[in-house]
Amino acid sequence: MELTLNHFLVLSAILFSIGLVGALTRRNIIIMLICLEIMLNAGNLNLIAFWYYSPNPELMHGPLFTMFTIAIAATEAALGLALVLAIFRHYKTVDLEQIQGLKE
Amino acid sequence: MNLLDFSHSVGWLLWIPICPLIAGVILAFFNPTGKFSAIVAIAALAVSLGFSLKAFAGTWGYETHTLTHNFTWIQIAGVNLEFGVVLNALTGSMVAMVCFIGLLIFIYSASYMSHDARMGRFFCYLSIFMVGMLGLVVSNSLLLLFIFWEIVGLASYLLIGFWFHKPSAAAAAKKAFITTRIGDLGFLIGLLWAFKATGTFLFFDGGSGLLESSQIVALVASENVLWGLNGAGAIALFLFIGAVGKSGQLPLHVWLPDAMEGPTPVSALIHAATMVAAGVFLVARAFPLFLADEAMLHVVSWVGAFTALFAALVAIAQYDIKRILAYSTVSQLGLMMVGLGAGGLALGEGGVSIGMFHLLTHAFFKALLFLGAGSIIHGCGEEQDIRLMGGVFSKMKVSSLAYLAGTIALCAFPFTSGFFSKDQILLSAWTSNSVVFWISAFASLLTAFYMTRQCCYVFLGKYRGEGHVHESPALMTVPLVILAVFALIMGVISEKKYHVLHYLSGTDFHQHETTVVIISVIIAIGGIALGLIVYAKAKMGIDVVDPVKRALGTPFTLLEKRLLADELYEATVFKLWNALAINLTAFESILNTLVDALTAVVVSIGNFFSNTVDRKLIDKVTFDGTCTRIYKSSRINAFIQNGFLQGYLRILTAGAVVIGVLFLVFAR
Repeated sequence: MELTLNHFLVLSAILFSIGLVGALTRRNIIIMLICLEIMLNAGNLNLIAFWYYSPNPELMHGPLFTMFTIAIAATEAALGLALVLAIFRHYKTVDLEQIQGLKE
Repeated sequence: MNLLDFSHSVGWLLWIPICPLIAGVILAFFNPTGKFSAIVAIAALAVSLGFSLKAFAGTWGYETHTLTHNFTWIQIAGVNLEFGVVLNALTGSMVAMVCFIGLLIFIYSASYMSHDARMGRFFCYLSIFMVGMLGLVVSNSLLLLFIFWEIVGLASYLLIGFWFHKPSAAAAAKKAFITTRIGDLGFLIGLLWAFKATGTFLFFDGGSGLLESSQIVALVASENVLWGLNGAGAIALFLFIGAVGKSGQLPLHVWLPDAMEGPTPVSALIHAATMVAAGVFLVARAFPLFLADEAMLHVVSWVGAFTALFAALVAIAQYDIKRILAYSTVSQLGLMMVGLGAGGLALGEGGVSIGMFHLLTHAFFKALLFLGAGSIIHGCGEEQDIRLMGGVFSKMKVSSLAYLAGTIALCAFPFTSGFFSKDQILLSAWTSNSVVFWISAFASLLTAFYMTRQCCYVFLGKYRGEGHVHESPALMTVPLVILAVFALIMGVISEKKYHVLHYLSGTDFHQHETTVVIISVIIAIGGIALGLIVYAKAKMGIDVVDPVKRALGTPFTLLEKRLLADELYEATVFKLWNALAINLTAFESILNTLVDALTAVVVSIGNFFSNTVDRKLIDKVTFDGTCTRIYKSSRINAFIQNGFLQGYLRILTAGAVVIGVLFLVFAR
């Protein structure tokens, strides 16, 4: 079987859905962060897939874009984990249901 | 590009770093139990050693040949970033040495760390360390070398901080990482500069590589690009800053003695065969760039000479057995730099062999000394203070004899390996720069003196500690004996029988000068004799003042405090940092005052409006009614705004879905 663009798009859609459902339902803030990363990577996969099947892949737009996304994702993860640490120190929990500070 | 197509090239060199990488991955993901993890790591390194010996044997007799295997890594907008491996005498001798000593240290660690619960993790880190070191030796690309260089830096951080529950170990790991990072920044600048100037990262590329004559000529042609250096010299300067950080030269030496906080096999690995050798190796690898500008050779030899002297002075006044060895390493690395710099001045291309020869002999006897020290520390119940040792010789005969073999090699006693390599360094300094020669000679005299002092403390007299001194198991002593044999005979065999100097650089030069030989013999024997005179009969102990301290007084105390290098950094860099922070705070408070004043003005205006205009005009007429309505509607908002993070996220998602559906329906 030959891999076509659709395979990648479906895989990416599945990854995105997993990430989305996780981010919406899981109560642990760290798992929520991980789910956000999964969603980002689904996006990256899309970029790479569209690039690979595009009429002129030698322009390297897809990988360059993806590399930027990965770099930003890395900073975002660092920032997110730092926030999680700070939140944990403040609330002594990572359960999102216990963290209600946003309403004030 | 096919990584595994090794059929008709030297691509198989890649297996040398890949084998420990496989072991590292296995250990990282499966985390097997202690004994099994040691077997995996040792087996992988043994395979690497096999390939290394093949590389070594392949370069014998072909010292002027350079074989490469290059492949494109990535290709962006017409620029090719190429990686590759290179096989020449430098690679062959270095990989063989690193693998051989690494293997002995691995075997030793299997016994030394057998009581540690995290042994699997330890061997994983060790394997990754070897990946970095072997990779940087075989790589033919400055960029690839830099990547492996950073892997070495990371692994050293992990290993020095292996016992991270000790605050001092955690601090030492951080210090090593940050200090070498300063050097790495220089390396990075040099790398980018080289790429900008030449358009290639490859060292050898069929005539157009960075180190080949056409590029060097082009670089030299651009004169006075930086502080009077030519194009090649400027790149060499930045690469040298990287080497200064990694090889613990002044002024970035401060991390190296603190790195002793790691387990002793790690000290042996970092300080003998690998990490600190990486800096010297970088200079040796990029030697054509240094040769292209004589000023850089002077810089290298002066930095080396001062480092050698400084560290040898400090080593006299230390009491921690490993710390003495650490400073002696710094000192010997300085001598290697002298060998490279002065050798380059005296002999041109041949200079590389002088520094490298000392690097190779030093690797053997310093690994021996560290492993021997580890064995002695183990035997004395984890005691590292030499004042609490003494009389160890009679209780640990094998370790002690091996240690003494390493000591006389380090002292450059005639006909040991250190004698031959140090003699060449002194000879090249003698012919190029007499001040550097006398500094190096004095540092060598001090080396013999402090090693004798240390041996007197450890081996002579009565045992002053509280532990029960016992010999270490065979798994630890066998590597010691093997290394001791190498430390004693390697110099004479490699120089006299196999002409290793010719092998390392492919050039011929006359080998000895009687005056220098006599001076180095006098230095070695004189230093040892001086040490024996002062310490053989002296009373030693934790509450007894050191004989030299009694004679010297304050200068000795200064040396005990390592010539205040750490304090100097604390007084300058940290102070500067603090001063900046304090000044910024002051600036901020001024800003705050301004903002406060502004706020006061705004508030008074606001008060005027609220009291006169607002209350009377707006409130009573129109506002209250609106407020009531808004108040009521806000209950709905408050229901949504419940502070539950995922609630917001769900609303966001629902909105995105609605927009998506609208888009699908209307945007045909």
